[in-house]
Formats: sequence, C-alpha cells, structure tokens
Amino acid sequence: MALTFLRQSGRLCPIISKCSPVLQFSILKRSYAVKSRTLEQVVSAFRSVVGDDGVSLGQTVREQHGKDESVHKCQPPDVVVFPRSVEEVSALAKICHHHRLPIIPFGTGTGLEGGVGAVKGGVCFSLRMMDQVLDLHPEDFDVTVEPGVTRKGLNSYLRNTGLWFPVDPGADASLCGMAATSASGTNAVRYGTMRENVLNLEVVLADGTIIHTAGKGRRARKTSAGYNLTNLFVGSEGTLGVLTKATLRLYGLPEGVASAVCSFPSVQAAVDTTVQVLQAGVPIARIEFLDDVMIDACNRFNSLAYPVAPTLFLEFHGSSRSLDEQVSVTEEIAKDSGGSDFSWADDEAKRARLWKARHDAWYAALALRPGCKAYATDVCVPLSRMPEVVVETKEDLIRNGLTGPIAGHVGDGNFHCLMVMDPNDPDEVLRVHQFTERLARRALAVDGTCTGEHGVGLGKRSLLREEVGPLALEVMQGLKATLDPKNLMNPGKVL
Amino acid sequence: MLCTPILSTTHTHIFSLSQIRVKPDHSGVVTDGVKHSMNPFCEIAVEEAVKLKEKKLIKEVVAVSCGPTQVQETIRTALAMGADRGIHVEVSGKDYETLGPLQVSKIMAALAKKEEAQLVILGKQAIDDDCNQTGQMTAALLDWPQGTFASEVAIEGDKMKVVREIDGGLETIQISMPAVITADLRLNTPRYATLPNIMKAKKKKIANVKPADLGVDLTSRIQILSVNDPPQRQAGVKVETVDDLVAKLKETGRI
Repeated sequence: MALTFLRQSGRLCPIISKCSPVLQFSILKRSYAVKSRTLEQVVSAFRSVVGDDGVSLGQTVREQHGKDESVHKCQPPDVVVFPRSVEEVSALAKICHHHRLPIIPFGTGTGLEGGVGAVKGGVCFSLRMMDQVLDLHPEDFDVTVEPGVTRKGLNSYLRNTGLWFPVDPGADASLCGMAATSASGTNAVRYGTMRENVLNLEVVLADGTIIHTAGKGRRARKTSAGYNLTNLFVGSEGTLGVLTKATLRLYGLPEGVASAVCSFPSVQAAVDTTVQVLQAGVPIARIEFLDDVMIDACNRFNSLAYPVAPTLFLEFHGSSRSLDEQVSVTEEIAKDSGGSDFSWADDEAKRARLWKARHDAWYAALALRPGCKAYATDVCVPLSRMPEVVVETKEDLIRNGLTGPIAGHVGDGNFHCLMVMDPNDPDEVLRVHQFTERLARRALAVDGTCTGEHGVGLGKRSLLREEVGPLALEVMQGLKATLDPKNLMNPGKVL
Repeated sequence: MLCTPILSTTHTHIFSLSQIRVKPDHSGVVTDGVKHSMNPFCEIAVEEAVKLKEKKLIKEVVAVSCGPTQVQETIRTALAMGADRGIHVEVSGKDYETLGPLQVSKIMAALAKKEEAQLVILGKQAIDDDCNQTGQMTAALLDWPQGTFASEVAIEGDKMKVVREIDGGLETIQISMPAVITADLRLNTPRYATLPNIMKAKKKKIANVKPADLGVDLTSRIQILSVNDPPQRQAGVKVETVDDLVAKLKETGRI
C-alpha cells in the first residue's frame, strides 16, 4: 500500500520521484503523525511475541474491539493483539510502555459504560485466547480462571462438581472483565458482588510487571495480610493493569429453587415488603422489582396478563423444607404490605413462566418503540430512600416525555431505567443524557452511588468526582499515577 | 407401568475441543491428559430416565458405562443426577481403543437381558466419533422396537409415544415396551448435580462386570488405517468487482 502511494505521489510531486526510494518513503511518512511510523515498528515487535496470527490491523477487527453494548460510539484501537499467556501479555505491555502506546484490555465486549473505547487510539489486548479454567479446588470452594473464561463457560465446566459461580450480570461476560468492572447481578442480595468473591488476581501492570494481588497461588478464604490490593483492582476498569487470572469463590448449587411473583399497590409497598423479608432473615436469592410501565410492556410483548402495578419477582434457594418455609414467611409479609396475586412454583417449567416478564424485560422495553436502542441507567441507593427516588424518577420521565420502564435489584436498592430512545434524534439523546445525570445526582443526594454495577467507564467521570469528593478522588489519582505514571492503561476512563 | 430401565453412558467425550491433536503416527488422537466427561447426549438420556422415575413411571434407573477405571467418575455423575445404581463394564488398554458401537451394543443387549430391563435409553451419538449406531444396533440385537432421535417421550400404559426429530420435521410413533430410545438435543435440559446429591451418590453401588462374563467378544472388525487433521484453511481472496469474481471462478475451474 505504501509503494502504490509513493508511485502516485511521485506523479503528483515530481521532485520526490527524483529521490531514492528510501528517502521518498521517509519524506512522505514524515507528513503523517509520528504514530504511524511507531505503529509499524511496534507491529513487527508484537508479531515477534504473538506471531502473525496474534496481531490484527483489519478494520473490522478493530471496530469489533472498539465498542461494547453501551450507547457510546465505536472508538477502534489502532491494532488488536491476541496474547495466549501472561508472559505474552507482559512482553506486549513492555513494548507499549516503551513506545508510550495506550493499552486497552478487552474481555467479551459486553460492558455497558463504553469502557473499551480507545479514545486515544492505542493497542487493544484481546484476552479471549487465554481461556483455560485452572486450579479447581472443590473442597475449598475456589477456582482460578483466565480472562477468556466466561461466566456461563465456568458454570458449565463446574456442572458435575455441584458448585457454581453465582454472580450473574445477565450477559455471558468474561469473569476477569466482571472483576474489572466490579460486576454484580440479580443474585447479589444473597451471594454478593465481585468485590466479595474475588480472592486473588494476577495483574500485568503498564510496564509489564506481573503481580499477584494476594500472593502467587494464594487462596485463603479470608486474610488480614497487608493492603487489600485485590479489591483495588476489582472495579478498576482496566485503568490500573490487565487482569490475567482471577481466583474466585464458589458456592454449592442450590438443592431446590422456588420462584414467586406478587403485585403491589405502590412502590412503597413493594420496598417495604423487601425490607421486611430481609429483616425476617429469609435468605432470599433474587428479589427483582418491575414498575407498572415495565409490566405493561411485558404484557404486551408476551401477551401475558400480569396486573399492571409495581411487581416483585422473587427467587428462593434451599432444600424443599427450607423453600416451603421461606415462601410462606414471604407470602405473609407480602400480604401484610398490601400485596396481591401472590403466586409461586418450584417446578422448572412453571417457574420459567412466572419469571418470563423479568427475563424478557429488556426486549419488552425495546418492543415499546421498534427501531430504537435502549440504554440502561444504573444507580444504587439505601433501601429506605428507594421509593422516593423511584417516584421522583418516574415523574421526571413523564415530565420530559421519555420512555424508561424500570427494573431493579430492589434487595440492594439498585435499579435500572431502560431508556428506549432513537439514537438518530439528537434532541432525544440529549434529553436522555440530561435525565441520566439528574437521576445520578438524585441518587447521590440520598447517600447513594451513581453506578451500582455497570462502572464509571466513559460517561460518569464527573459524577464520580461528585460522589467521592475531591479529596478521595485525589487519592485515587495518586494511586493511578503510582501504578501507571505514563497513563497508558485505558486512558479516558474512570478518572 | 413400573419398569427397570438401563441407561447407557457409553464413551465419555473429549472436553476441550481446542486441545485435540492427532498422534504423530496418525493412528488416532492424543487422549492422555485430556479432560474426559460425559457425552452430552448421554447426559440428556440420564436426565430423561431420572425424570421418568420422578414421575413414578419407572422403578429404577441403572447407569452403565464401558471403559477403563476413569469411567466410574462418569457413572458417579449419573448417580448424582438421580440414577439408583451403576454398572461399570471393564474394558481397558487395546480393547478400549478399538471399542466401537457393535461391541457396546452387544454389551448393552446382554445387560438388558440380565437386568430384565424394560427400557434402554442412550444418547443418540457420541460427540467424539459421531457414529450414531449403538442405539439402533442394540435394538436389533434384542429384537426390540426403537425410538431414535427422541425429542419427546411419553409412557402410556405398556406403550411409548416417541416424537422423533427427522429431516422433514417431527415424527410421532408409538412403540411397545420393552424398547430402546436414543436421546436427541431437545429432549430435555440436564440438571446440574448438587453437592448433597453428589455426596449421596458416593454411597450408591457400582457393580463391576467384565465383557467376557456377559459372553461378549470384543474383537473389532474395523481397523483404523489413519487419522489426519482436516486441511488447513486457506486465506480468502478479495475481489473488487463482480466481473473479477466471475473471472476468478473461471480461472480456478469452479465454473
């Protein structure tokens, strides 16, 4: 390609054609950014580490690695590399460090906050070739995985052991990616989020140094040894290092599962029920809230007949005796709070029917306005403040003519508005953006957080400053400067 | 009607497909150090048998596997899913390398007679050799009716209604018992074994049987001549126009 250009330029600029080919090349190349000359050098260096197959400059591949499932536009990296081992990741990082190239780790691209966009170009490290499950210890309830292992992949691997990894953010995400974004999900109320379930991480820092946050191979269930580096990297969204191994806490598969659905006259009643269920010590596994707009959308999408009212979807795990007890205690509490149409099932087929609305919520929301895209907001507030925040949010939606059915993990006070919008209508996009900021600030005002589980990514950096305050933010910036002084790790995100 | 089925969990499959390598002497694939686990269609078969027992349509589920000692792990998995007892048919070394559908069918037929089974449920095929023969051969050896590629099974009195997945769609047949069924993908979704069930499974019995005890001759009538990797995929060629495409196709003799 360069030679063709040379020949063409020679015709356009006769003086150049009189120079020697080498000089021609350097004259023309100099008119481009330094980056393109650097890129050639590094690409050959990359190839010597990962082989020709391990480096891609193809446009489609780069575009695939420049976007995730958020509404942020695609920002492709300059090159994508596919390391197969931590040694290769380290060698590649050293090359990037030497040439000051941004490093963007990429798992499955299922993030929701634009965390993989290469805002300053650079090198995307796609970790999908490192896909081994290592070191399973069933009696110790722990397993170590590489970044290419996804949540469903791990659970499938574990299926004969009676164990599972319960953190369930919906998508079939890379487990290390989930660690990087401190993911959570519908099960968090009983099993916790990634913060509680990562025991150890192997991390490659920006200069290629490989560290083990809890010590190599260590997997004690609890420790008081030193600073908690593991949880520093959990939620760092690729800005402090590349996660190349995660040691995870496993749980026993539930013996039995029961599901229930109940409608309520108001959001307050639904939240009251949630609080009381938790207070009663019911070890509830999932407690999901859908507002009336969402229920209406689900009814229309699936031709169902749920009463159009705030609704709770509940799931219980345990032995059959335990399930009976959990369900009857919960039913009583729900009825006392004004709940109606309480129905439950422990048969798999019936459970799937009961929960169908919750499972299809995303698609039902999209079906409200065909041709549009959906963006999920994500805030988390103390439970006691949830009713007022939800009510104000719904009023905000109506006032501004926005489509935003609400679904939430009410057991954690975490809820999402599924904003359905036309991405080609700049006015609507702007209004949704402003709504999202107002919602985040509403959450912050009641001692909540601007992101319960999706991460800060590209869009919530100023909200992070408001949330933690300038002093804590300075500490975060200090840590970033210590671990990544050249700011190569996923620049433009989080801070 | 209550009956005793036998299940086949024959031939575990090789788990991580990306690791498969052909042996240097082209006599087969490397199996040392490769994780083995239950064939997915056999899992579906075990699940169906356990479901039938839970519906109280059959009395006892027996899980069978043929192979070296390692297959006992696979039998334990079936026991953890709900099978009542296991039978390990010991086949090892050279015999195991040449163990194919015909020998397995002879073993299954012999066991079905010995255990007085009313129903034999197998996976439709093993995903490492894709033979899809054992179920059919077993039925032939026993002279029993067969419902293969089953996506739905219902026991009605002393007959079975089987919905089969065929090229044209779905075929429903009625067969009398005793019968052989082979499980297809959509028959059910196998359960994951829970820890309490895994612990209970450790106490369930696995009987050891040798093929000779069943009067089965394991000599193979097939000799594998060679095993080769599929040819490396060649890079594609991009063309700019439809005329170029037609020219290229003519050039390579495709049209």
